[in-house]
Amino acid sequence: METIRKHLNLLSLFAVLYLAFLYVPVLLLPLFSFNDNIYVTLPFKGFTLKWYANLLANSSLQSALWASVKVGIGVAILSTFLGLLAARAMTRYRLPFRRSIYALIMLPLVIPYMVIGVSTLVILRRGLDMDLSLWTVGASHVLITVPLSMLVLMARMEGFDRSLEEASRDLGDTAWRSFRRVTLPLVMPGIVSSLLLCFITSFDEYLLAFFLAGSDSTLPIFIFSSLRFPSKIPDVLALGSLILMVSIVLVVFAEWLRRRGVSGSDSSVI
Amino acid sequence: MSTQAALNFPATDAVAITARPEWLDGFWLIAPTLLIVIGMMVVPLVGIIVVSFWTQTGFNIEATWTLDNYRVLFTPEGALYRILIVKSLWMSLTATIAVVLLAYPMAYFMAFRIERAKLIWIILLTVPFWTSYLLRIFAWKVILGFNGVINSGLKAVGLIDKPLEFLLYNPTSVTITLAHAWAAYAVLPIYVSLEKIDRSYLEAATDLGDSKWKRFWRITFPLSLPGTIAAILLVFIPTVGDYITPTLVGGTSGIMIGNSIVTQFGKASNAPLGAALSCIMMLAITLAVCAFLAAIGRKRLKAADL
Repeated sequence: METIRKHLNLLSLFAVLYLAFLYVPVLLLPLFSFNDNIYVTLPFKGFTLKWYANLLANSSLQSALWASVKVGIGVAILSTFLGLLAARAMTRYRLPFRRSIYALIMLPLVIPYMVIGVSTLVILRRGLDMDLSLWTVGASHVLITVPLSMLVLMARMEGFDRSLEEASRDLGDTAWRSFRRVTLPLVMPGIVSSLLLCFITSFDEYLLAFFLAGSDSTLPIFIFSSLRFPSKIPDVLALGSLILMVSIVLVVFAEWLRRRGVSGSDSSVI
Repeated sequence: MSTQAALNFPATDAVAITARPEWLDGFWLIAPTLLIVIGMMVVPLVGIIVVSFWTQTGFNIEATWTLDNYRVLFTPEGALYRILIVKSLWMSLTATIAVVLLAYPMAYFMAFRIERAKLIWIILLTVPFWTSYLLRIFAWKVILGFNGVINSGLKAVGLIDKPLEFLLYNPTSVTITLAHAWAAYAVLPIYVSLEKIDRSYLEAATDLGDSKWKRFWRITFPLSLPGTIAAILLVFIPTVGDYITPTLVGGTSGIMIGNSIVTQFGKASNAPLGAALSCIMMLAITLAVCAFLAAIGRKRLKAADL
């Protein structure tokens, strides 16, 4: 009995330490964003909000933020729409080559972004002679978020009773009407979490944007270039802390929504 | 009858067979996604393979077929690339092992020790993971840097006079940073696998006299292998080609093959060589993954024989 208790305590201790390992680096950033020192170093010199005030005056940061929000929203809507259609096809129809189609759509998840980035760059510039812009960034972000959206929505669609749809059809609804009145409300939590997942993924993505943005700038590109100049770092920390707060609210909301009513099965975690 | 024949393929869903080729509707639903995947991934991948056999002359790429971009790897000048590829694989492998070794007990804790508040633990685990990847990596520069938290903290306490320089800008700092940044990718799949294990197997093992450790190695661990393998692949594959981490915390000794590819497409402006390096990186990853899966498969076969 004593050994079991000891074992349990060791494991709990490990879990707490592990969470600390995950959180300490992330929480350092908001901590230093209030530090009245241009250099990110100890000891703390004093509390200030000036880095946050700087954000309001930084126009290149704001345009990068706005660009990322635009791309993120567009990517989230398009990927979720495509993911919804694809997930429905995968869960409700006997598709020929179902496994191959599934594997092909999931493939972008296991190819390094580096390879996707340079190969898209080569095709767009050398092959099609297209100009790079936020549009090309968005297109590549759709490629990497569609599999995520499809995974989330397939998990959701497999989770509810198919007979509900059949009942609606039997009671005289058209296919579209039964989709809108029965399927859509049931899938809605999946749609919301897919929108958030796709948005966050696109919003945070650096490498593809780096290759494909041309002269445009997204927020990660802006952050990455700022990190080279110590004088710009406090502003970036303030911005990062604001984003962290917004992400926490969004993620907690999305997780809560996705898990609510997925019948307690955790197989949809990833 | 032709529609019957058309429907006669393996499918996992139990769908009532109708006279109409219903799969065609499904196909139209998935067609736009397939088009995007083909247009944005398959075509570019074929493109980059083709370009890797072309020639760079001055500022232009010429469609002259050559094996030079690959041949350079076997020459003395190509030593840098050989080293970088091996080093990238090695650093990713180390980071992956670190991630999985740390993640496994955490996943075990969540699956077997937490009874009610599982959702809270999952959210706790995923929140830091959703913050900006760039800033998470940068945080380690803040911690390990010359004037970073550790150095300035130790100096303030009076333990050291000069900052410790070995903390940042080396392969180890890259490995630590990667292990932190990819933690959630490992914990979640392992957790799902552990959570799925039928608890009655464990009870049976205990009833039949297995000790805790024996029970773990004979039942829990083998049944958690799918999630563990997924975790290993989910961390290993993307980190080999990582660019942000080696650039921010790697210094000159910690650069990886990704940095070299970016250089070829940027400063060095030798896209065909960059394309060849990308192809070789993909090939190296694929071979490593296949070797890993083959090793696992053989062990499993042996276990089945017993």
